Amino acid sequence: SCRNNLNAITSIYNRRRDFCVGVLPDGVDRNSDSFASNSKVMDGLLSQLQSYINKVMAGGGPEAVKRNRSRNKLLPRERIDRLLDPGSSFLELSQLAGHELYEEPLPSGGIVTGIGSVHGRLCMFVANDPTVKGGTYYPITVKKHLRAQEIAGQCKLPCIYLVDSGGAFLPKQAEVFPDKENFGRIFYNQAVMSSEGIPQIALVLGSCTAGGAYIPAMADESVMVKGNGTIFLAGPPLVKAATGEEVSAEDLGGASVHCKTSGVSDYFAQDELHGLAIGRNIVKNLHMAGNHGMINGLQHTIPEYKEPLYDVQELRSIAPTDLKQPFDIRSVIARIVDGSEFDEFKKLYGTTLVTGFARIFGQPVGIIGNNGILFNESALKGAHFIEICTQRTIPLIFLQNITGFMVGSKSEANGIAKSGAKMVMAVSCAKVPKITVIVGGSFGAGNYAMCGRAYSPNFMFFWPNAKISVMGGAQAAGVLTQIERSNKKKAGIQWTKEEEERYKAKVVEAYDSESTAYYSTARLWDDGIIDPADTRKIVGLSLSAALNRAPESTKFGVFRM
Amino acid sequence: MRIVQSPNDFVDSFLGAQREAAASFGINTILLEKYITKPRHIEVQVFGDKHGNIIHLYERDCSVQRRHQKIIEEAPAPNVISEFRSHLGQAAVSAAKAVGYHNAGTVEFIVDTLSGKFYFMEMNTRLQVEHPVTEMIVGQDLVEWQIRVANGEPLPLTQSQVPLSGHAFEARIYAENVPKGFLPATGVLHHYCPVPVSSTVRVDTGVEQGDIVSMHYDPMIAKLVAWGENRATALINMRDCLSKFQVAGLPTNIDFLLKLANHGAFENGEVETHFIEHFRDDLFIDPSNSESAQEAYDAAKHNAALVAACLCEKELAAVRESSPGGLSIWYAHPPFRVHHNPKRTMELEWDNEYNNSSSQSLSFSITYQPEGKYLIETGESSFRGMEVKVAHLGNHDFRVELDGIIMTVSLAVYCKDQNEHIHMWHGSQHQHFKQKLGLDLCYDEETQHKPAFETASHPPGAVVAPMAGLVVKVLAKDGTKVEEGQPIVVLEAMKMEHVVKAPTAGYVSGLQVTAGQQVSDSIVLFSVKTKTGRGRGHGQLALLFGCKCKQA
Repeated sequence: SCRNNLNAITSIYNRRRDFCVGVLPDGVDRNSDSFASNSKVMDGLLSQLQSYINKVMAGGGPEAVKRNRSRNKLLPRERIDRLLDPGSSFLELSQLAGHELYEEPLPSGGIVTGIGSVHGRLCMFVANDPTVKGGTYYPITVKKHLRAQEIAGQCKLPCIYLVDSGGAFLPKQAEVFPDKENFGRIFYNQAVMSSEGIPQIALVLGSCTAGGAYIPAMADESVMVKGNGTIFLAGPPLVKAATGEEVSAEDLGGASVHCKTSGVSDYFAQDELHGLAIGRNIVKNLHMAGNHGMINGLQHTIPEYKEPLYDVQELRSIAPTDLKQPFDIRSVIARIVDGSEFDEFKKLYGTTLVTGFARIFGQPVGIIGNNGILFNESALKGAHFIEICTQRTIPLIFLQNITGFMVGSKSEANGIAKSGAKMVMAVSCAKVPKITVIVGGSFGAGNYAMCGRAYSPNFMFFWPNAKISVMGGAQAAGVLTQIERSNKKKAGIQWTKEEEERYKAKVVEAYDSESTAYYSTARLWDDGIIDPADTRKIVGLSLSAALNRAPESTKFGVFRM
Repeated sequence: MRIVQSPNDFVDSFLGAQREAAASFGINTILLEKYITKPRHIEVQVFGDKHGNIIHLYERDCSVQRRHQKIIEEAPAPNVISEFRSHLGQAAVSAAKAVGYHNAGTVEFIVDTLSGKFYFMEMNTRLQVEHPVTEMIVGQDLVEWQIRVANGEPLPLTQSQVPLSGHAFEARIYAENVPKGFLPATGVLHHYCPVPVSSTVRVDTGVEQGDIVSMHYDPMIAKLVAWGENRATALINMRDCLSKFQVAGLPTNIDFLLKLANHGAFENGEVETHFIEHFRDDLFIDPSNSESAQEAYDAAKHNAALVAACLCEKELAAVRESSPGGLSIWYAHPPFRVHHNPKRTMELEWDNEYNNSSSQSLSFSITYQPEGKYLIETGESSFRGMEVKVAHLGNHDFRVELDGIIMTVSLAVYCKDQNEHIHMWHGSQHQHFKQKLGLDLCYDEETQHKPAFETASHPPGAVVAPMAGLVVKVLAKDGTKVEEGQPIVVLEAMKMEHVVKAPTAGYVSGLQVTAGQQVSDSIVLFSVKTKTGRGRGHGQLALLFGCKCKQA
């Protein structure tokens, strides 16, 4: 009732406000050249993105898909669709993981992950794609699996593993098996999450060999499908080689063996659809109501929220395709937040960082966006604003378009490193949900202060036009050429102008290709490339998932004063 | 009632009729009558008071019958000149006067359409089922009249004061299985939505949605009465009402009545008691007609596509309503997917009337699009992808837009036998589809924990009970050698006897029923095998039977 009172009071205040202080102006000149050129370039980027997406949606190709169907098996996304509440949404993550990463294509990294609702309970889905290299784990497959588990652990989402995998990809065992963040970490995470009361559910819909066998074995509850599901540490060929015993896969580790004799699995499913239905029932029976650690979705929402006043599709034309062109981040905020209402904090101070309060689908958020290079004041303002949000447990949304902190003698003398450190300290320690969207550039320490990957945002997304690197290609080329020239001079080698230019161009080229959104998303430096027009929806869904847990209190470290 | 076509059949029919009469009325007296080959059944409503006044309230034509029972009645009788009408009325009044009758009564005549002569048949000394058609054309309440007469009051009108206004039809809506020879059906009225009543539409009914039509009573669900200024407008009204009268859960004769009402000969008033047999080819489906079978299949597929879109919309609406507060954004419309439109498949089983033995599976791929639009595809080149826009109007109705045409589609959905049954009404079309349920999707308790073998199809040679009823006679023993068509079991239900015959020559096997036993619809009574002995499948049959009996 306390919450109700609060809501009632809030609504009274809202009604009393008879003029709109915080409504953002449109901020977009539709007749400008940049609007036209941005939208043209973005159209190209989006159609390229769509063609990549279409490829990964087709899984391992028509032959493999046909073979899969002939075994009465669905594709991983279809399996997830059957588990989800009918007609509900699914936030798929890192669709382009593994994009042009290996010599052979590895659509979606061979594994589909994402968040969706089952019986009104948000869950993390991790589904092997058996049509892609038999569902084996490449290094990026492991990374994507672990990232899904990391999100599940952070957001306390029950995990549903749809297992259909041949285990580790043996030719790359050195990158898959031994290290800390490798294959073994999957089972470690299962154990730790289970100990934290986060349900671990495995549906064995296909083979589940060797290391993979531990996924159902480590699960709280597991289901096996007759005929298709098999679990064994060593398959029939290896058994024959090792012991001479000749045995069929079904007799060695089929559903009957494990549900009736070994007890490795708990539920026997007649076919895949039956298995998926049992999976839904398991979630239905989780009864986590008593577990107050888990709260469903948006927490302090007001049920009635307004859509933004301006067309979200226009984000496609606002997105800067030429990162040198400055643009007002408020025109992005105006298309993401409820009613385009944004109550700006410290508007006149440190103006290159925009901070303020808004709501997204009724949920209060603090928004931090870049409007230029970070100066001393901007960094201090950012740290201040983050402290306020953590005090009030308001989730933070970072809209990154940052070339970095200001350099130069004046700036250093002013202690830019100190100010930057304050913001980085605040960002690192803030225990409120954090969601980062890179809408333009993400360069240097600016990436840190604006909650880059290393600062563990709950979710992080790229717009297709976004760029990420330690510094710009031209700047890096400049620095590297200087160093190279002095090295050559020491060695007494003449460097012609042409050679120098060629060297520069090579550096620029490498930086350009390594800083694209695709390069990033292929390596899982983010959770996916998104269409700018979907930003509001995806941030809203991510926010809802991040709020699937009780708030934590924040304790900051030592701020250098 | 039995018709004897040849002297050889006389004894069997006579004895059967005796048994039936004895069972139903406790008297086995048999009446023998002349059989007129092309007769009309016309009856006159008479009314007498205790002061010696007797008048008639015009006649009703009840010629259209099936199983010797009326299904569509009308007043006044069509294609009758007024001279004949008054002649008939006077005859009825004289008959009533002759016995000093008071109260409502019906004098039934048989009219020989070939000679134009009419014969007295019987007088029913009560108010009859079809009296509403008379009430509609004379604007009187005959029950009120009965009470007044019983109270000693004189009749409110004299013969000359009785008005004759317009025309009325009554259609009797029965729970019955039309293709199985109009056999009575039992079951639950999962969906019951009669047409709204008005000054020109009357619905007499005593059941509600959720009620059970049991084997213990007559399977009539409702009487639908439609009035019009003349026969043509009354008929249009009737057809309209029939197409909107929604019953689902058990088979009914509504679609058949609609076909009847749409028939040209009926429209012309060319009614006679053999009307249905006479126009059998028009009224019943001919499974060998491939052209109309293809037409029906195409129509079913088109309707199924509309149903698929409506079901998706309905599901979204239901999910949205029940979604937990903080999660409402996960249940947005259409469901969100990153960089693609959500897709799903839906399989609907269509009960193909042209192919009684099997239902046909229709498979659709549905793509959710913004603004309540659905792209429905089948993957067949002959089926053009349909973009259907659906809005749920509440309850059972949907507003459906296809190619710029807006229509209303009504759906009734219920669960039975591990299936979701979907009935759709759209214009004058009514179609029934089934959908296999995911195991956790049907919460209807009735469908839970049903043993799998109940839904299994019966083994070849098995003879099932055509309807629920009481076994009166068992005419053979297990192992008896029988000829094709030989009577084996006699069932009685709904005041009628039904003889279950051997479908082929062979040996009776698995015969478990005994006289006096109650059996349910569609259970295996016995099977006929080409060889003697207790072959494989016998145990299974017994099991099947045992289980069904418990249920009964």
